Amino acid sequence: MPAPLSAKSVASLNRWSVVLIVISLLSLGYLAHNAAHNMQIRGIHSGFGFLWESAGFDIGESIFSFDSADPYWVAITVGLSNTLRVALLGIVLSTVLGVMIGVGRFSPNKLLRALCRLYVDAMRNVPLLLQLLMWYWIITQTLPLPEEAWHMSGGFYLSKAGFNFPIPVWENGYLWALIGCGLGLFAGLCWRAYPGSPFHKTGSTPSLLWPLLVLIPAGTLLGWLLGGAPHEAQFPHPGIFTIEGGGALTPEFLAILFALTFYTAGFIAEVVRGGIQSVERGQWEAAQCLGLNRIKVIRLIILPQALRVMIPPLTNQYLNLTKNSSLAVAIGYPDLVSILNTSINQTGRAIECVALIMACYLALSLALASFMHWVARPLKQSAH
Amino acid sequence: MRRLNGYTFVLGCLLTLCLFEAQAGKLLESIQQRGQLICGVNTGLPGFSQADNQGRWSGLDIDLCKAVAAAILKDPNKVKYVPLNAQQRFTALQSGEVDLLSRNTTWTLSRDASLGIVFSVVTFYDGQGFMVTKKSQIKNARQLKNATVCVQSGTTTEKNLSDFSKKYQLNIKPVVFEKLEAANTAYFSGRCQAYTTDASGLASIRAKEAPDPNQHVLLPELISKEPLGPAIRRGDDEFFSILKWTFYALLEAEEYGITQENVEKMKQSPEPTIKRIIGSSEDMGKMLGLDKDWANRAIKAVGNYGEIFDRNVGAQSSIKLPRGLNNLWNKGGLQYAPPIR
Repeated sequence: MPAPLSAKSVASLNRWSVVLIVISLLSLGYLAHNAAHNMQIRGIHSGFGFLWESAGFDIGESIFSFDSADPYWVAITVGLSNTLRVALLGIVLSTVLGVMIGVGRFSPNKLLRALCRLYVDAMRNVPLLLQLLMWYWIITQTLPLPEEAWHMSGGFYLSKAGFNFPIPVWENGYLWALIGCGLGLFAGLCWRAYPGSPFHKTGSTPSLLWPLLVLIPAGTLLGWLLGGAPHEAQFPHPGIFTIEGGGALTPEFLAILFALTFYTAGFIAEVVRGGIQSVERGQWEAAQCLGLNRIKVIRLIILPQALRVMIPPLTNQYLNLTKNSSLAVAIGYPDLVSILNTSINQTGRAIECVALIMACYLALSLALASFMHWVARPLKQSAH
Repeated sequence: MRRLNGYTFVLGCLLTLCLFEAQAGKLLESIQQRGQLICGVNTGLPGFSQADNQGRWSGLDIDLCKAVAAAILKDPNKVKYVPLNAQQRFTALQSGEVDLLSRNTTWTLSRDASLGIVFSVVTFYDGQGFMVTKKSQIKNARQLKNATVCVQSGTTTEKNLSDFSKKYQLNIKPVVFEKLEAANTAYFSGRCQAYTTDASGLASIRAKEAPDPNQHVLLPELISKEPLGPAIRRGDDEFFSILKWTFYALLEAEEYGITQENVEKMKQSPEPTIKRIIGSSEDMGKMLGLDKDWANRAIKAVGNYGEIFDRNVGAQSSIKLPRGLNNLWNKGGLQYAPPIR
């Protein structure tokens, strides 16, 4: 975790560190100067001016609309958004799966334990690129052609063109539903915090989960009805070549998402297992003596303590997942690397584009690491 | 063969660019001293550049390297081939990893003027086309509305496709692959409705990679001009001349009927032009910094341009491309060499 640079830590730098930093900066400057000089001699044009020129190529998928006449920096933003989309979704899914498998390794059921162990061994030991190609192969080879797509009720299609689903058309009525959802969440939290709640009366632990699970959907439903129950949706339909309209997840996106999720979940499962094992046996026994059932022991006693140990290696896994998403170029997913690859070729600005790739991943990783640092702060304080 | 990771390679090349001072000119001397010509070629495009299971390279782009090596080093086999993907090629040439980039590369203004490299001759006149399945019954590229099209990254293809899509409002969705092999697999698995690249590339992919070549058709229209040719670094006019004239010698050889087989016999030919080409009268090679037999050796190594074409991509190959624009100027094509005199 990067520690903030304080006056004290600067003062404590000894003379040799200063020498080292100066040498590093000087060599970096020498390399940069040499590269610029050589490029000038060889007539290679350089600079970041190209970012404001029109890109001239199309991008297969993007969460906001992109036209080939838009400048390079917009194209790069599209690539970055595609990287973020797959990385964030992958982090959430792999955490859910990883925690389930990690906890599964402590199950009293022998078969479940063995299956979880098998999963970890298989996923951790097969290279990610192979898994990625395997998922892509499965999707593009075994699914039917778009014209013969599997049609599921409700307007869902599954084919080589990917997964197509209906998306609701935005109406003002949905605003009411959103407000209802917010009110439900608020009510649920109030329930928990209200001094007269069962915990304060009787000492029994009320579930935070159930009131939320009831109140949020109820609030949403009420708001939706109040807003006039809008139900207009855009349905996908078979076009001439492919499924048109509605929302779509492309095979490339699905393949990279599956590969990253299943691969990283294997590592996260091990992090969870290590975290749980680091909690002393006495804690389990004490919790059981209190009469808590197994689920509650894990949820209330073990996981909160295990989390403190788990956060740093978990952060590593999240960073790995984000950086591993760059393998997507192999299967044609237009992520940051893929877009900058194309930019290198259209403009010939190799040094600039490689620098941009490095800067983007560095910024992403640092942001993610600081976020995890922030998340872990209350846990650290509670340790004292 | 060891496969370098794309980025490691590019980074390595960039590092040489950072570390070493540029050495301009006199490439001829360093090639002769080294005893080897280093040629950047395609990782695998049947007809243009392909290695067999014993590591022997063949193809139209390969033959140009052999001809240049024969002219300079007196041995067509003194070539080291460096397989490059589309994204690595210019960096490899710029940084001096290769002497000559002979890798079905399109000559465009931005490449010629801003990359520190210079194109020399057009070894193959090509155009970008589309391949579709026979089953789709598409007869015309303008029918590809809302279609998904497979493309290899790092090529002029992406831009042409976008221009074409815009012109006819087709809203084509490209799926861009880093490697040619991955793009091939995706197209043949049915992920894309069409595949686009240079027409010669499409013909070669259909002939060599398709599970059943008869199930795929090339659409008749070409949406761009793709003059393919070799490039070298800027600032070495001597090597530039050698490259140009070696290719012209192969064209002249075809025009005057000199072949790989009859080149020795032709020494007795009374015709002055033929004598000049194969060096049995005046010493044309001296002006290029070579010897009298330079063109003779190049022709003996790979044959004249017509023979090279037929053997690799034309009638005698499995790709069977027509000569078309690549015929000699006096036979209705565009291949025209300035006179050797």
